[in-house]
Amino acid sequence: MTSRVEDHAGAITRRQLRQASVARFARRYGLQIGILCVFLAIWVLFIVGAPTTFLSPQIYAAYMSTIPFFAVVALPLTMAVIAGETDLCFPSIMAVGMVVFVAIFKPTGNVVLAFFVCLLAGFLAGLLNGIIVVKVGIPSLVTTIGTQFFWRGVVLVVTNARGTSLVPLRGTILQKALVGRLAGYVPAQMIWAIVVGVLVWVLLNRHKFGAHVYLIGDNVDSARLMGVNVDRTRMMVFAIVGLAAAFGGVLSSLEVSYLWVTVGEGQLLRTLAAVFLGGTSVFGGTGTILGTFIGCFIIGTIEAGTVAIGLTGFWIQLIYGLIIIISVSMHSVLSRRLA
Amino acid sequence: MDCILEMRNTSKRFGEVEALRSVDFAVERNEVVGLLGDNGAGKSTLIKIVTGYYQPDSGEIYFNQEKVEGLSVARARQLGIETVYQERALADLQTLWRNIFMGRELTTRLGFLDVRAMKRETQKLMVESMGFTSSAVASDAVVRTFSGGEKQGVAIVRALHFDAELIILDEPTMGLSLAETRKLLDFVRGIKKAGKSCIFIDHNVFHVYSVADRVVVLDRGAVAGEFSTKDITLDQLMDKMYRVAQTGSLD
Repeated sequence: MTSRVEDHAGAITRRQLRQASVARFARRYGLQIGILCVFLAIWVLFIVGAPTTFLSPQIYAAYMSTIPFFAVVALPLTMAVIAGETDLCFPSIMAVGMVVFVAIFKPTGNVVLAFFVCLLAGFLAGLLNGIIVVKVGIPSLVTTIGTQFFWRGVVLVVTNARGTSLVPLRGTILQKALVGRLAGYVPAQMIWAIVVGVLVWVLLNRHKFGAHVYLIGDNVDSARLMGVNVDRTRMMVFAIVGLAAAFGGVLSSLEVSYLWVTVGEGQLLRTLAAVFLGGTSVFGGTGTILGTFIGCFIIGTIEAGTVAIGLTGFWIQLIYGLIIIISVSMHSVLSRRLA
Repeated sequence: MDCILEMRNTSKRFGEVEALRSVDFAVERNEVVGLLGDNGAGKSTLIKIVTGYYQPDSGEIYFNQEKVEGLSVARARQLGIETVYQERALADLQTLWRNIFMGRELTTRLGFLDVRAMKRETQKLMVESMGFTSSAVASDAVVRTFSGGEKQGVAIVRALHFDAELIILDEPTMGLSLAETRKLLDFVRGIKKAGKSCIFIDHNVFHVYSVADRVVVLDRGAVAGEFSTKDITLDQLMDKMYRVAQTGSLD
């Protein structure tokens, strides 16, 4: 008799344990599963609406060539948003980096040197944002609006608003490695976007730096009380976004073999949208790299998909808006439910 | 006198406000010191100087009889000073193990996290030190889902885990239920038994009197008096506290 009672009690505990672990699983992966479903729904819709386009490989080659230009920035930007910051400056840093690239490449002819100095320039421009935010104490939204204008202005003044042909770079190791085609089909920039994604994921989830990024975005006072170097971490986050922006600038310029002084313009909102679509909270403290990655693909597929299923281009913005609002509402509801 | 912590002549001002005026304060080895005082008496400022969060404007700090210059939060934790803050310094949206190891993650030399070790250690701490058996309290659980008492428990376990010599509890009973409060007071007695030292700050004279060896009363940024709990009854102490609040002097 007693043993049956015990069995019964044991069964309840086990069931409770199982429920608790299911709840934990849902809490951890709920948002990512949610956004994945949105992506799959959109995809199925496009396949049904335009089967000839979406069942042929060309459209995917096109996606893989254009999505990385903003994905390589959106992935590290996720880290900044998790830290409770925002960065509107990166489109201009994309251009600054490329101007530095050309300035080094022209006299030396050394593409590798030009590439690394360009990345360094992006890093320093980002670090400057961080210094203004942390040391001067201006909110990042305001700071990066200012530096965004400033750096674009610098680019226009220095170049006299004239672009530069990058045709001499065709066939160089750098061009092949960054924007070449693997097996004549897969754009190399897609591989780089995945590499950036993996690096940022490791940094965010498996490194002390990322642990501190989450803590700062969640509760900056407690992070400080527990001895986290808040100032240095925040400055580094901006520097990393700057570095990534310079990299994105190189990718998109090399792809078209031309430095447009407007490079990066038009990337601002879609990059931010990709981060928020991915379930990263604007209040900081939560967010995932996988979510942003899927967010990038949603943003990237809508434009061509809308046209392919037979709607005019005028529909694109309307559909962008709808999907962003629906997805972000879904995140909001889900995170309240799962709490 | 074998002091684990000694502060001499410590002053701190914030603009016009003199938060601390030439305060002398000491904690002996294996002593529980109760710190009492009204709102704005300077209790929290004093504590935040000990933990390296604020730098004093003047004064000296000795830890284990050795003078410490330019104390930072990281340095204080290295010296073995651990604090449980009244704000419950937890990051609500993060998992339990990330909170336990906040600011002191177990890492490889290159700074990569040893996630498995931290989770294992957290699970062990929860069961052994806190006796948490609730299925909600797992190392992977998000802290937001915990009850007030459980959160306080996490903050305390965190302080204990790192071999603290001096544990500071800043209004730890705030918002706790009766049962949780009793558990907390038992825990303070446990610190004493383990041979460690403790500074216990609370509004509640009953709580402080029942666990402290010595009580220090702060008033408007200065030490108004100190008593050994052996030499004073609870009634006398309350009487004196009341008089301090009214007149600013003990007698």
